[in-house]
Amino acid sequence: MQRTAKLWLLVGLAAYALLPWYMIPGGIWSPDWLATWTTDARPALFWALGGRPWLLAPLVGLLGAGAALVLLRGLAQARALVASGALGLVLMAAQGLAILGNRARFDALEGLTQPGMGAGALLVAAGLLFILTTGISGLGRGRGDAFITGLVGAIVALVGIFVFYPMSFILIRAFELRGGAGLGLSEFLPRFLSPEIWSIACLLGTGYCGAAMNSLLLGLATATGTTVMGLAFALIFTRTAFPAKRFLRVLTILPIITPPFVIGLVLILLFGRSGTITEFFADAFGWEKTRWLYGFWGVWLAQMLSFTPIAFLVLIGVVEGVNPSVEEASQTLDANRWQTFRFVSLPLMRPGLANAFLLGFIESLADFGNPLVLGGNFNVLSTEIYFAIVGTVADPAKAAILSLTLLSMTLGAFLAQRLWLGKKNYATVTGKGDSGQHAGLNPALRWGCYALALPWAVFTLVLYALIMFGSFVKLWGYDHTLTLEHYKRAFGIIVRNGVHLTGAAWDSFLTTLTIAAIAAPLTAAVGLATAYLLVRQKFAGKDAFEFSTMLSFAIPGTVIGVAYVMAFNFPPIELTGTGLILIIVFIFRNMPVGVRGGIAAMSQLDRSLDEASITLGANSATTLRRVILPLMGPAILAALTYSFVRAITSVSAVIFLVSARYNMATSFIVGRVENGEFGIAIAYAAVLIVTMLLAILALQLLIGRRKLRRADRLQTS
Amino acid sequence: MKGSVRFENVTKRFGYVTALKPLSLDIAPGTLVTLLGPSGCGKTTTLRLIAGLESATEGRILIGGQDVTHQSATYRAVSMVFQSYALFPHMTVLENVGYGLMVKGAPKSEVKARAEHGLEQVGLRGFGDRLPSELSGGQQQRVAVARAIVLEPEVLLLDEPLSNLDAKLRRHVREEIRQIQQQLGLTAVYVTHDQEEAMAVSDRIIVMKNAEIAQEGTPQDLYDRPASAFIADFIGDANLLDVEICQAGTPTQVALLDRKLTLPLDSASKGAAKLVLRPHDIRLERIAAPERLLAEVVYAAWLGNTVQYTLATEAGSLFAITPPHAQPFAKGEQVFLDFDLDKLRLVAA
Repeated sequence: MQRTAKLWLLVGLAAYALLPWYMIPGGIWSPDWLATWTTDARPALFWALGGRPWLLAPLVGLLGAGAALVLLRGLAQARALVASGALGLVLMAAQGLAILGNRARFDALEGLTQPGMGAGALLVAAGLLFILTTGISGLGRGRGDAFITGLVGAIVALVGIFVFYPMSFILIRAFELRGGAGLGLSEFLPRFLSPEIWSIACLLGTGYCGAAMNSLLLGLATATGTTVMGLAFALIFTRTAFPAKRFLRVLTILPIITPPFVIGLVLILLFGRSGTITEFFADAFGWEKTRWLYGFWGVWLAQMLSFTPIAFLVLIGVVEGVNPSVEEASQTLDANRWQTFRFVSLPLMRPGLANAFLLGFIESLADFGNPLVLGGNFNVLSTEIYFAIVGTVADPAKAAILSLTLLSMTLGAFLAQRLWLGKKNYATVTGKGDSGQHAGLNPALRWGCYALALPWAVFTLVLYALIMFGSFVKLWGYDHTLTLEHYKRAFGIIVRNGVHLTGAAWDSFLTTLTIAAIAAPLTAAVGLATAYLLVRQKFAGKDAFEFSTMLSFAIPGTVIGVAYVMAFNFPPIELTGTGLILIIVFIFRNMPVGVRGGIAAMSQLDRSLDEASITLGANSATTLRRVILPLMGPAILAALTYSFVRAITSVSAVIFLVSARYNMATSFIVGRVENGEFGIAIAYAAVLIVTMLLAILALQLLIGRRKLRRADRLQTS
Repeated sequence: MKGSVRFENVTKRFGYVTALKPLSLDIAPGTLVTLLGPSGCGKTTTLRLIAGLESATEGRILIGGQDVTHQSATYRAVSMVFQSYALFPHMTVLENVGYGLMVKGAPKSEVKARAEHGLEQVGLRGFGDRLPSELSGGQQQRVAVARAIVLEPEVLLLDEPLSNLDAKLRRHVREEIRQIQQQLGLTAVYVTHDQEEAMAVSDRIIVMKNAEIAQEGTPQDLYDRPASAFIADFIGDANLLDVEICQAGTPTQVALLDRKLTLPLDSASKGAAKLVLRPHDIRLERIAAPERLLAEVVYAAWLGNTVQYTLATEAGSLFAITPPHAQPFAKGEQVFLDFDLDKLRLVAA
């Protein structure tokens, strides 16, 4: 314990005395700041001595810890480390939150200013945090393992700063009174209860519904639809002799690698007022061309296409999880196949179906791309939030109130899923080899599933084929001459005196790849570390810890985007306009996926493997590195690819956070769509899809080769 | 003292569940002590507390005279053989055995030499380059033992080490474990739920029940002087008959149904008690005698080396094991039971 605490004390002190405390324009990685080390890039020590005495605050904690290490021993020392670490962190946060950039929060501090915290502050905070957690381990918590308490501390701190801290801004903004007169309900209630949000006029046939009602109706419709379709696909996949099952599997990958609003775009090109199919029916049957696609039905159709594969993925597991012996038992009791399905299998799948339903509901509410492209006058919460921020009249309070509404719906669904379904687990996978075969479907049900699912699968494939086709035609719907024009404009390269990337899309494309490539390993690391703590360690408050790490799954991207804009636009943590904020938002948006994957993979590793390593004298860090990580290779690769791909396709949170310097592919495409440049948008989307397919294929190859190597080994010996 | 283990009022709770009531025990250096009991009795929790894989809720744990209550498993001088062996599947046998030395930073040549020596001790010389998955169950088990002993731990912990082996191999491997333990003079703590296994390997046995110690002693102590009906039944089978002590002291006089028996035993007080009658100590006779108990054969099983009977008597159903005899008794036959009074024991009702 002592060695670890001393190490972090040194780190803290060095950062305090040497590294620039505040954020510096060029960033810490470029050596430019060395030149301004005595002025703008001063470390905290010099600032404190030169007119900003409040920066002595963190030093209190460091010195306290130093004294504890020198003067005290044993439990007293551990307690003193905890106290001084906590004190240092609290004081540091207090000074940061009291003096915000150009203004101070309290009148007494009027006139004091300071920029946002930088590298020095970060390392001092890390030093204080790990002194605190090392002290906690010294008190015998976390089985006395400083690595474990440190890991818990680090993740709690990260989730606190990058999930809870920004979310608190939404709450504050929603309840803030005009003119900064504090918090209260007098502004909030009338705006929150306004018909703009809750009106049910469309159900009564007297006008438009409120955004929240629209979101709710859409969510229910999409969740119902995707669950039914997902079940049909899952039944075909697991209970029939359908010949092209691999092809169905491919369908599950598609939504992951499809940039949002691409589906919406293709739907417009097919069913829009001048869409191909609309034109066809208008010519052939004289049907009137309408704008039916722009509204509830269009968004619903797009969401069905986007989210059915997710329900399929969830329900495959559920349908396979039903113990075949139970079905065989039913059949030996003279039930026919329909009765077996109706009275045995289906009830056992009920929790899984509810799970798929809630997932679909959350996805639909959080969806931003499809309503943005197809919504028309059909307002939903996620797009309304966007327009409240970027519309002609920016209204952050309205955005906050809408965010709060959306958040309470998704959180409600999330809580329902956790509390209600978490306990009731009928899944009957036991780990013992269940012998026996699943009962087949009776013909009526089988043909019902085929009738429902197969046209849908074909429709999905046609859409994707059209994306590729559309990127090569001059102007879809009018001029179907094949051309490379769009690709040239987006990804043109001129080789003359070196290589020049002249295409308009290169900038955002390379930024996207870079940021996704940086975010992916970090996401995987945070996710897997969290999974490790959840599966393998016991510590006080573990349930709350698990809940808070999974929470960001239930926070819609638009809400997180708004929250980040509100929280990180000014000191103490000023990140807007940087590439860093994009990386951070990806890490915490995609972390739950890494956690889930990690939990699944780690649960399959016998716990006694780590215990063996620990009793053999390895510490937890060594155990993680030598035993757990090598055995988790595939899970790590999966988490990596997934977070990479998600970072590329994400739009909802990103659209608030991009800047001229750091533009992302998806927001570039949105811009093109808004300008009506469909060709270039589709060409760009096609390039993204191919890029991500390559990434996934590379992963499959890597995993495949690992398996082969093991097989070789067994054969030779 | 190097190699000793001491618990001082150690308790362990998981939330509201008490896994271990206040428990004190002393394990002398160089002995093999078995924690024996039915599942859920707290024996594995006790073992994991010694290893440092669980931390005590209250109380002190000392290993080799040093307080290790708050020390993590990494730094305790104990190693453990796991029920599942827990061999690292991605490392060779040699890497597995050398793992503990490697993480401690020993030089490569030393790691290799000592790991090879360890393999030799368990009779697996030349198996170092294989993967654990290429070994049989018994070999894997020995690798796990080798991995634990190369660190020369103060205390070797074994968590049901034989439960994944087939019955014949079990007897062989338990003798090997005992030999290695005695050769190296290790203190060993051995967890099992199999009383025969416990009797065969232990210097002392600690029998646990309901999160506390029921009785401890040498195997013979436990068999000859059971402290309770539970021990009498758990260590070797026992028929337990309701009796009334009518005269306490030495000798003791008890009433079994309508007859009085005088036993060469010490007893504290009058009142209800249970008489312990071992199945092997019952003799079945064809001829009636005053002291013999009338019984009817309810079930008879001929097992080759023994014959096992279930008998109905006035005092209740009895289980008896006899050597094979020329004319086994048949179901429904009347027999007369005889037993030596000095082999009977009394336990609290």
